[in-house]
Amino acid sequence: MPTSLDRDGVQELLERDAQLVDVLGARAYEQEHIPGAINIPLAELPSRVERLRQDAPVVVYCADSL
Amino acid sequence: MYDYAAGKMDWFAAGLPREGSAASTTRIADRARAEVLTAAPDDEVETVTGRLVDGEILVVVNGERVVLGVVTAESLEEANGRSVDRFMQEAPTTYRPHTAADEVAEWMRADDAHTHVLVTDPGGHLLGVAHRRDVEGSESGS
Repeated sequence: MPTSLDRDGVQELLERDAQLVDVLGARAYEQEHIPGAINIPLAELPSRVERLRQDAPVVVYCADSL
Repeated sequence: MYDYAAGKMDWFAAGLPREGSAASTTRIADRARAEVLTAAPDDEVETVTGRLVDGEILVVVNGERVVLGVVTAESLEEANGRSVDRFMQEAPTTYRPHTAADEVAEWMRADDAHTHVLVTDPGGHLLGVAHRRDVEGSESGS
């Protein structure tokens, strides 16, 4: 179960070279995303998570909380 | 693994950088003013009338800054001795900060009474107020 973070927590982890993953669809990602984020749609995450770096925290995000 | 639960809308609402083909679109948050006149629902009218000028609005919020309604100077005329919640317009129209300013401008043009719009987060917490003159000034080509 992922640990929930607020915005400050995300920024702190980014300073520690965290990997930012946008789990929305490709179109939504192409339109707008947080700088530095890569796109792995949520349905593909389980099969692609092992390809992420293992030496840095991973932060996933969606559009919003609702 | 960590989950940024509030999502990218929270990030953008804070005015932080964004990338992508739509990143340069003017959002309503870019036109909203964070400094907003507010009052609690049980505040007496006399405590707020001196702060409210014609053409402006006052937003009634609860202790967590969740929007309950809005009042105008006109709605408070002859309302002394009572609490503001009796004169507020309940459930005002609100927009999320990431809404395109053009979309909001279109809504404002639909009715002359649409002079202000409240910007809130998904939980209804007040983030700011955008005035018609600021929104219309942000339209494409302006």
